[in-house]
Amino acid sequence: MTTELRCHVGIGPIVEGIALVADDNFSARYDLDRLKGVFSRPQHKLYGQSYQDMILVLNTAKGGVATAWMLYEMTSRQIAPKAILLNQANTILAQGAALANLTMLDRFTDGNVTQLIKTGEHLRVIPDQGKVIITG
Amino acid sequence: MKLSDDEKAMLSGEAGPAVKWAIEHQLQVGRMFDAEEMVQVSQAHMMADPESLGEAGVSFTETLATDGARVRIPMITDPRGVDLSCYAPIGQNEDMANLERRFVAACQEMGIMMTNTCINYQTIMPPVFGDHVAYGDTGVVIYSNSVCGARSNFEGGPSALAAGLTGRTPRYGLHLDAHRQATRRYRVTMTPQDLMEWGVLGATIGRKAGSYWEVPVIEGIEAAPTSDQLKHFGAAMASYGSIPLFHIVGITPECHALADVGGGPLNITVIDQNATAALKQPFNARGEAVDVVVFAAPQLSLVEMGQLASLCNGRQRADSTDVIVCTSSQVYSDAATMGYVNAIESFGGRVLVGTCFYQQYAREIGEANGWVRLLSNSAKIVNILGGYGYQPALAPMEACIASAEKGEIVS
Repeated sequence: MTTELRCHVGIGPIVEGIALVADDNFSARYDLDRLKGVFSRPQHKLYGQSYQDMILVLNTAKGGVATAWMLYEMTSRQIAPKAILLNQANTILAQGAALANLTMLDRFTDGNVTQLIKTGEHLRVIPDQGKVIITG
Repeated sequence: MKLSDDEKAMLSGEAGPAVKWAIEHQLQVGRMFDAEEMVQVSQAHMMADPESLGEAGVSFTETLATDGARVRIPMITDPRGVDLSCYAPIGQNEDMANLERRFVAACQEMGIMMTNTCINYQTIMPPVFGDHVAYGDTGVVIYSNSVCGARSNFEGGPSALAAGLTGRTPRYGLHLDAHRQATRRYRVTMTPQDLMEWGVLGATIGRKAGSYWEVPVIEGIEAAPTSDQLKHFGAAMASYGSIPLFHIVGITPECHALADVGGGPLNITVIDQNATAALKQPFNARGEAVDVVVFAAPQLSLVEMGQLASLCNGRQRADSTDVIVCTSSQVYSDAATMGYVNAIESFGGRVLVGTCFYQQYAREIGEANGWVRLLSNSAKIVNILGGYGYQPALAPMEACIASAEKGEIVS
């Protein structure tokens, strides 16, 4: 059985992967050890967890502008998430996703995406249709 | 998106591959935020430190420069990550410096002015009311929008660079009047006493508002704050909440009265001493040894440099505590003339030029110097550095100097 979630049209290619979900916000500078590929901010709900090749599902952005370059740098080393799904992106995350060709979607019509998707679920993300399918 | 003939020509590649990349990037972002057209901008300001860029970002920028990219509008830069006149002493290596050199060379080839500052609104050319700009650095954007009445979204480094190359940006977000109306209303019942407290107040409101798309309107600030006070207030609000614009009733230019920004019907949230104390509490480390005291984020103004110098006069930092001060080259030269730099250095402080501490490979320099417990009067920097392995603490400027002198946090 699959569940289909609708959202605003996003950025990046179609991807599939496993969800890593938290009701928390995101900044590549504030929250990550990008060399190790883990959340490094002790206060973050995903502290200590690897984000490599995961589909991150979070609330919104926090903080500064560095994430725009950092997403590009992370994807160049292939220590990056496969996609980022948010309740609401800010401009920086969208700009960074555009440069990095990293899949990003936001504004889900069915409610809070951090509650609609659970960690470990398998997702298919289709940005140009504004669609996320929970496949298992 | 509706494009002008010039923009269609850029998209077709008539202005070269770099401009073609730039407008394609802008269209991709514009589509995500439902922009209907582009808007011309008068300036661009790019954040791009080498830690954020990495090899990939530097190579990308070099390729644009090699492809003939040249900026069409005045374009300036945010603080660099390496002060090339002083990097080995703070634990940075040649690889970091070389990345920095390569990026600076590429920027100069594109005609970008290496101002290396996050306080351009105090030192270079502040935007004017209604001025559409493409600024990076959240502190720059929130100050320019709120205090100057300019119009800018947060433009990350790639998008600021794209704006420099095309002379425009997608018209969405804060380029539209509709997005500048208040969405949250706060009533402040305390008066900040120093720059740290202004930062804490901004941080408290930022954390409560909590989204780029929220616009706080603030009541209860009766007297006009100084530029430095609003600098710390805004930078912290942007850091904790990703907020790009605030209004203060009777103070900021778009809000002579609450009704100007549609604030009347909004529910009121009171911000009192308890609220700011709650934000500050995790950064209380009184009595603990301090490894490094940092004054940065934002870079210090000439006035702050003078205040710091007068606190340093006739005193000496403890051997166990380093002191780092970050300012812009524009401020540095005046601060040197005034004797402020000498006073800070005589205290044992190190003044870095054109950089900002958290943009300087903060993790690596912390490990190289054994810096873990960090003290600052910047609410912004203590918010950032937890993820870099530091244990940050917060205190007013006077207490920071007293702590550096004692080697232990005194308040």
